[in-house]
Amino acid sequence: MADTAVGATAVDGAGAPLTPVLTRRWAAPESWTLASYRELGGYRALPKALGVEPARVTELVKASGLRGRGGAGFPTGMKWSFLPPFDPAAPTPRYLVINADEGEPGTCKDIPMMMADPHSLIEGAIITSYAINAPFCAIYVRGEALHCLRRLAGAVREATAAGYLGRDILGSGYDLEIVVHAGAGAYICGEETALLDSLEGRRGQPRLKPPFPAVAGLYASPTVVNNVETICSVPPIVLHGADWYRSMGTEKSPGSKIYSLSGHVTRPGQYEAPMGTTLRQLLDSAGGMRDGIPLKFFTPGGSSTPIFTAEHLDVPLSFDDVAAAGSMLGTTALMCFNETVSVPWAVWKWLEFYKHESCGKCTPCREGTGWLVQILHRIVTGDGTAEDLDTLTSAAANIAGRSFCALGDAAATPVLSSFKWFRQEYEDLVTGVTPPLVGDRALGAGTVGTGTSTVGAHR
Amino acid sequence: MTQVATPPAGTPEQEPPGPPPGHVRLTIDGVQVDAPKGELVIRAAERIGTAIPRFCDHPLLDPVGACRQCLVEVEMGGRKMPKPQAACTQTVADGMVVNTQLSSPVAEQAQRSNLEFLLLNHPLDCPICDKGGECPLQNQTLANGPSASRLRDPKRVFTKPIPVSTQILLDRERCVLCQRCTRFSAQIAGDRFIDLLERGSAQQIGINRTEPFQSYFSGNTIQICPVGALTSAAYRFRARPFDLVSTPTTCEHCASGCSLRTDSRAGGITRRLAADDPQVNEEWNCDKGRFAFTYLRQGDRLTQPLVRNADGMLRPASWTDAMAAAARGLLQARDAGGVGVLPGGRVSVTDAYAYAKFARVALRSNDIDFRVRDTPVLDNGAEEAGFLARRVVGRGPGRGGVTHQELEHAPAVLLVGFEPEDESPIVFLRLRKAVRSRGLAVFAVGALATRGLEKLDGTLLPATPGTEPAVLAGLTREGTADTGLGEAAAAARNRLGAALRSAGAVLLVGERAAAVPGLLTAVETLADATGARIGWVPRRAGDRGALEVGAFPTLLPGGRPVTDAAARAEVEAAWGVPVPETPGRDTGGILAAVRDGDLSGLVIGGVDPADLPDPGAALTAVTAASFVVSLEIRASAVTELADVVLPVAAAPEKPGAFMNWEGRMRPFAAVLPEVGRLDEGRVLDTLGVEMDVDLYTQTPAAAAGELGRLGGWPAERTAAAIDPAGPVRSGPPESHGLTPHDKVLTSWRPLLDGGRMTDGEPALAGTARPEVVRLSAASAQALGVVDGAPVTVRGPGGGLTLPVAVTEPMRTDAVWLPARVGGRPLSAWIGTSAGHAVRVMAGAGIGREAR
Repeated sequence: MADTAVGATAVDGAGAPLTPVLTRRWAAPESWTLASYRELGGYRALPKALGVEPARVTELVKASGLRGRGGAGFPTGMKWSFLPPFDPAAPTPRYLVINADEGEPGTCKDIPMMMADPHSLIEGAIITSYAINAPFCAIYVRGEALHCLRRLAGAVREATAAGYLGRDILGSGYDLEIVVHAGAGAYICGEETALLDSLEGRRGQPRLKPPFPAVAGLYASPTVVNNVETICSVPPIVLHGADWYRSMGTEKSPGSKIYSLSGHVTRPGQYEAPMGTTLRQLLDSAGGMRDGIPLKFFTPGGSSTPIFTAEHLDVPLSFDDVAAAGSMLGTTALMCFNETVSVPWAVWKWLEFYKHESCGKCTPCREGTGWLVQILHRIVTGDGTAEDLDTLTSAAANIAGRSFCALGDAAATPVLSSFKWFRQEYEDLVTGVTPPLVGDRALGAGTVGTGTSTVGAHR
Repeated sequence: MTQVATPPAGTPEQEPPGPPPGHVRLTIDGVQVDAPKGELVIRAAERIGTAIPRFCDHPLLDPVGACRQCLVEVEMGGRKMPKPQAACTQTVADGMVVNTQLSSPVAEQAQRSNLEFLLLNHPLDCPICDKGGECPLQNQTLANGPSASRLRDPKRVFTKPIPVSTQILLDRERCVLCQRCTRFSAQIAGDRFIDLLERGSAQQIGINRTEPFQSYFSGNTIQICPVGALTSAAYRFRARPFDLVSTPTTCEHCASGCSLRTDSRAGGITRRLAADDPQVNEEWNCDKGRFAFTYLRQGDRLTQPLVRNADGMLRPASWTDAMAAAARGLLQARDAGGVGVLPGGRVSVTDAYAYAKFARVALRSNDIDFRVRDTPVLDNGAEEAGFLARRVVGRGPGRGGVTHQELEHAPAVLLVGFEPEDESPIVFLRLRKAVRSRGLAVFAVGALATRGLEKLDGTLLPATPGTEPAVLAGLTREGTADTGLGEAAAAARNRLGAALRSAGAVLLVGERAAAVPGLLTAVETLADATGARIGWVPRRAGDRGALEVGAFPTLLPGGRPVTDAAARAEVEAAWGVPVPETPGRDTGGILAAVRDGDLSGLVIGGVDPADLPDPGAALTAVTAASFVVSLEIRASAVTELADVVLPVAAAPEKPGAFMNWEGRMRPFAAVLPEVGRLDEGRVLDTLGVEMDVDLYTQTPAAAAGELGRLGGWPAERTAAAIDPAGPVRSGPPESHGLTPHDKVLTSWRPLLDGGRMTDGEPALAGTARPEVVRLSAASAQALGVVDGAPVTVRGPGGGLTLPVAVTEPMRTDAVWLPARVGGRPLSAWIGTSAGHAVRVMAGAGIGREAR
């Protein structure tokens, strides 16, 4: 990721007001080492946290307004406080599980985070575990991310050797063990209950809720499951306070956020900016759309969030603003597609992903995703019929809201949201209207095809 | 539950009383329902007569919510939940408003579209599918499904069928992945041999190739499969369900007495299913009960009477001639030295009664014993006879007997001489259910922890075979100071000692306990000391009933002691003839008396000499008898030695009843009355007439009527009339003075061991557990063998080589063998049986040689 904007501090013209909190160490030499981390202010929040009652840490995080960065935006402090009260006399085990199974298409913030600054995750994990009285924390990392697993494991070793982990951390009397666990590569294992099953060595499929993990999570014990970015946000909050954190972002979505820009962007990468920054601002920071071909559509938070169009360039990217505009902030994975891209083609590709990753547990998702792919494939290759459009949308609607977990909803989303904005493209495909040439619209050309179709160009 | 319709308009409003304690009040389709807290919406709806369609839901399995067929609209606090909810996972709540497909277009549409998804890749091959005609998916489709598929693309296909065991075939493209089969196997049976493989649209049920689906309960997965994905090798393509005649029956195999539904067609049984009986088998049965009915149609079925002619040859004869010959011979034998009766343990209650009455009335003797076991009946059976009279006979549900349902609520159960999974599988399932749902603590006294005990999360009280009485005696002693017990074992013993004192604790005693001198006495002592109750679980379906109706040397019908004049008088009044007052001989005693010439004749029912401790001696005795009448369904080793052979009806060919181990009557109807075979009661009744006595057992109904009029006898009076257990035969246990390679044999019959009642069903036999020698890790190490290596067990009659299965925990001075190897009893291989010392050697030096 050569163009990754790391450590940038300047507000660049009309670009995003970059706020390097989580990414501030990324560009430092050997940023992943303990020495580098300490030199750049690391492990200073930890003694501060260990010096107060665990409940006060939770109160602080509640006051900061931090919301979960895994996609749903649930208030983090409130999640922690859902655990049954800790009874030191009869301690039932409680666990912190960190969801580092980053798998949402377009999302690429956690792995760079763990590669560049693993100790910030570990420091956050220790503080969080302390806050919830957990003696054990598991970090569940995508199995494919072997480099990341190695780096995290190395960081855990370093932190243990330095006394930040293990027995009597920094003389506080608090003990913690962190295990870095390699997942087996399934999107569903990013779903927190499937993750817990997988972590327990079972087949990764979502569990029936209730009971929720806060009551019966890992090994049926009270468990907090948080995303990497959420946990990494904890040390800065402890260090600088809730008010400081609330000085960034919006009232209901405070703090800073890593926005992952990908697609037809001049400088794709991770851009840390306050919550509520718009895509227009972020694109300005990223050098605009590549080759000047205008934006056609984008996902505000990964492929599972309803797509936005160029009309939405000024929607503030915060949990509530995006929801109000009809989508979800998700993981702020901003996949940007220019006008050369056929929407049905892109949706077909996404659906191939959901078909491949559907866990198979429930009927609508297992059967429906495969069916959507079959229909989309036919439409995209020119064998679709007008009837297929109705079948496609009704099948997608029949998956949405009917499946066991959110994966089914997510799979239906690209279809349903693309029909909202780009139904005409599907109709053109099934009625034989030749799509415009790649980049035709940008170049001001007519709509009569004179060469390779969009589909052909991308196949 | 109350069910209150909305009051019609104009009715004066009345303040309705609140729901009963522990209940909530909700509304389903406008009907107010009071439901117990925690109940699932789908169950509450059932109770007002609304069937919400479902595939994955099963009332005896944990909810999973996978198939999504049961989606309904739910409103709480006046607010609709944003998505339709699965009624099979949604629990009821006070004030909840549920709208099912009957009143909610959203629910109706959700169910319709889900059905469309399920049918998308389904082959729609109902015309050639076994499930066609009784298929929930087919029924749903016909009722609510789309008339045509909107799929324009190729369906998903799989190679079909694939065998998940010799008995169960899987058609993956029919599967709706409801997980009933995998959940049953994991939750109910504890045999997690089938599971989901792959994911998404490639997800499928499958097995690990190294771990075959060797579960005694696998057939249940076929029955609960809501589509035709799982079919049985035995029934596949044999019949259409609507061509079958269904008969409610009781399983004839073990003493659990499962309710079954037997389906027949054209004079033959096509299949058997578990019937729903919450008191006994719930909705399950074992594979033996489900598949082992082909013994009926084996080529060695006896079809007409046989009489030995002057040349000593058995020749077919008319019933008239055969009866006359039998009566003549029996009268002569009776008057010469007497006749013993061995009815076997497979008799129905009324047939057993006919034997019991025939012995007393026609043969004027108490020499009758239903017990057929390969472990010796001790010392004229005095210890066991006393135990049965004091603790078993006359008891039943509501009459002081332990029941399946009480096992489910027991705080602790101690297994004595009893391996439930092999010897009474439904007891095993009930215990497992209690362990899972209520934390029942299961203990077993024995030489090894079995897989069954592991699945019950049970604790082994280790005992070398023969030393069990001492272990039981130790349970009433406090403290840990004890010899030979490790700390863990001592802790388990103390825990059990305490648990047995809590109300509802049960000692579950198998018939094998009788083979250990003093063990039944120790059980009685323990029960008296702790207040724990005793359940006695014999092996065969007819054992318990035979005991109850007096097919026993010391007891008359109703548990009336032979030695009690008042008891005899009651029976004499009913029968109108004197009843002999001398207690009879037990099975071993009868055979010995015949061999020694003290008895002249034998009447033998369904007894296979191979099932006796010394088959050779038994055959010698039968040979020595001057006159033998055999009542059998198939030719056996006795047939060749009998003077008159009378073919009788097997259980499915007659009506009747078994009494299961609980003491519960388990009636059954004739599945195949048209074959016209005679039950033993009828045959003995006619034989009685030839001998100038009347049994009045010409029909099961007549016999049952007489039994009813005779009535019971207070169990306390039976117990009082029997001497308390006296000193029992004692001597050094077999473990005394053993060399390290001599071990005491422990053994029982696995559920599937090639017994004659499983003949003709190779698919079933294919799921039997491998035959192995079980040794402790230390024993294996001492022999220098690893798991799977050949080991030879040598007894006085020969050697037997089998692979070793290293088992822990297990006593180092014990060795386990299945009681049948290659379909033959251990005695035929090594000349000895459980409880005796054998030598164990590494390797296959001696080979599998039979005596």
